[in-house]
Amino acid sequence: MDVRVPTMPYDVAFLSASAWGSHDVSHVCDATRRGVFADASLRARSAFLIGGDWMHASQVEKNEETTLQKEVLLEVEDLRIYFELGRQKVAKAVDGVSFTIHKGETVALVGESGSGKSITSLSIMRLVPMPPGKLVSGSVKLNDREILTLPEKKMREVRGNEIGMIFQEPMTSLDPVFTIGNQIMESLLHHQGLKRKEAKNKAIDLLKLVGIANAEKVVDEYPHQLSGGMRQRVMIAIAMSNNPKLLIADEPTTALDVTVQAQILKLMLKMKEEFNSSILLITHDMGVVAETADRVLVMYGGQIVEEAAVKELFLNPKHPYTKALLKTMPSLDQNVDRLPSIPGSVPPAHSFPQGCRFAERCEFAFDQCKQQLPELINVTDAHKARCHLYSGFGGGSIV
Amino acid sequence: MLYIIRRLVLFIVTVALVSIITFGVFQILPGDPVKTMLGTEADEVQIESLRKELGLDRPLHEQYMDWVQGLFTGDLGNSIRFSMPVSDLLMDRLPVTLSVASLALVIVLFVALPLGIFVAKRQNKISDVLLSSATQLGMAIPSFWLGMILIIYIGMNFDFFKINGYVPWSESIAGALSTLVLPALTIAIPQIAVKFRYVRTSILEQMQLDYVRTIRSKGLPEKIVMYKHILKNSMIPILTIFGLITAEVVAGTIIVEQVFALPGVGQLLITSISYRDFPLVQGIVMYITVTVVFINFVVDILYSVIDPRIRLR
Repeated sequence: MDVRVPTMPYDVAFLSASAWGSHDVSHVCDATRRGVFADASLRARSAFLIGGDWMHASQVEKNEETTLQKEVLLEVEDLRIYFELGRQKVAKAVDGVSFTIHKGETVALVGESGSGKSITSLSIMRLVPMPPGKLVSGSVKLNDREILTLPEKKMREVRGNEIGMIFQEPMTSLDPVFTIGNQIMESLLHHQGLKRKEAKNKAIDLLKLVGIANAEKVVDEYPHQLSGGMRQRVMIAIAMSNNPKLLIADEPTTALDVTVQAQILKLMLKMKEEFNSSILLITHDMGVVAETADRVLVMYGGQIVEEAAVKELFLNPKHPYTKALLKTMPSLDQNVDRLPSIPGSVPPAHSFPQGCRFAERCEFAFDQCKQQLPELINVTDAHKARCHLYSGFGGGSIV
Repeated sequence: MLYIIRRLVLFIVTVALVSIITFGVFQILPGDPVKTMLGTEADEVQIESLRKELGLDRPLHEQYMDWVQGLFTGDLGNSIRFSMPVSDLLMDRLPVTLSVASLALVIVLFVALPLGIFVAKRQNKISDVLLSSATQLGMAIPSFWLGMILIIYIGMNFDFFKINGYVPWSESIAGALSTLVLPALTIAIPQIAVKFRYVRTSILEQMQLDYVRTIRSKGLPEKIVMYKHILKNSMIPILTIFGLITAEVVAGTIIVEQVFALPGVGQLLITSISYRDFPLVQGIVMYITVTVVFINFVVDILYSVIDPRIRLR
């Protein structure tokens, strides 16, 4: 059936998607509950969420092809990072994660707190404190260069230079006792070897670029004199100061006001275009995913459980976890006393079950799920899911 | 600016209060200086005339105002025991005490700070145990004992050190150091043992904070992370501690001057108390407290230099 819903102007969807209530962090991917959806059916709601552009399978696949043709920027393979908690206790925070990011692409890494998404992003920067963390296996290649084994000195040339990073808490992510200018400049001075005067001018330019009015004044101000949104803009300026090829954003909008969230996301996308870079966006907010991402990785229990292009994922989710996440979104026309949620909670990283890590909470679970950990399999060409429901079939069929 | 003015007002108020308390305490203390001077044989007439001579028969507030005026003009009256101006006595002794105290402070600063950073960088169980034992030991050692140990094992074995008396800086710098280093060490060692742990703690606290991760994500070398960012941020709690040390160091000089026979204010204070030489005691106490209050004032000002957020308050 080729039903086409009229295409909605991007900005309308943008506003509606970003104007969703507050951001309490609960076990269920809370952001998904905040949708403003007119239609009750999941498919239609998802369609609305991603901009109303209803696409059918052939279009999705066409999109995939163009993505595949693009050059690979970052390639993460079988990344495992464990934390030793005690003699026999090992938390498998990241347990065999593989994914790629192409040039110019925005990839969202989605998951509940504790799913290992932040550790994944930090380990690309090699900023996971070790010990207690331990790299068990894995490879991270940036432009075909392995960076996990680089000597620390070489790695420092990658950080802030080839990969920029922004964090969740703009309030505490800047050093309170140095001026904004100083903190932007030190990156420029270190990586580009500019003179102080040049660096300061560049810092002012960067501040203007990230949309800070009276940049000449702000450059000499301290972080406490700025609002949260402005600080996050400063963080983006710092991250982009050396034209990085990859921007990692670890929940960049979680701590911000809803209105500011939209601005910051818009700015990140603008900067991506400006500097011709790619974005790895870590978030638990499905709304943010819909607004920004090209492709989505869903993480659960330290593993990627589903990977697909954003529209494909919203319209045609495969993994029961992803489905459950999308189902938890409320809609305006339905009066519900309790918001839907996924029963149970994420198993702790030090005692994962032998089988599928989602089996306990999964409504489709059968015997095999409890016994054997499923592999991440291709359901269709560019759609992967880690679920036994698809292992027997050639792929594509929905249960 | 407003911050500095407020601190200044606070400083003045504190000093005023200190002067009232210092003056008041010696009015309440038992023991009559006049009787101490004249001995038990003296008769009423003699006592009364001396009292008049010293101005002790006038109303208290007048005596206080006179004394405060003296504080500003440097005329603190005459010492009862030495029969010479208190200010002259202080001027003689103050350089000795200030030298010992500042040398001790410098030693504490230059040892405790790097040591604290060093142990913060490599924290593990064994060094933690060693360090807390060192701290316990440092707190438990009485300074007079430490002083004597230093005299016996260092002072007697190395010709450089003099274990007795004082050589003014103006005469010979090496000479002054030879008399001051051991007393300063005596004060400094227990202080270092306790204070480097504060340094360690505040650096470890800072290392946990988000902004450190940001700096690392910029690809800056550890040297900049530690010595530019973490150190400046940890200076706020560390400064507080060093403000407190000043008071302890000044108090420490009193005992140490006895052990090393240094002609400092501490020694003068002890003798003057036993003689009920009130004008002298008052003068000494006043100067010591003003020094300590002043140093804390300086610390407050330094806070605002380091931390821009404090300037707002």
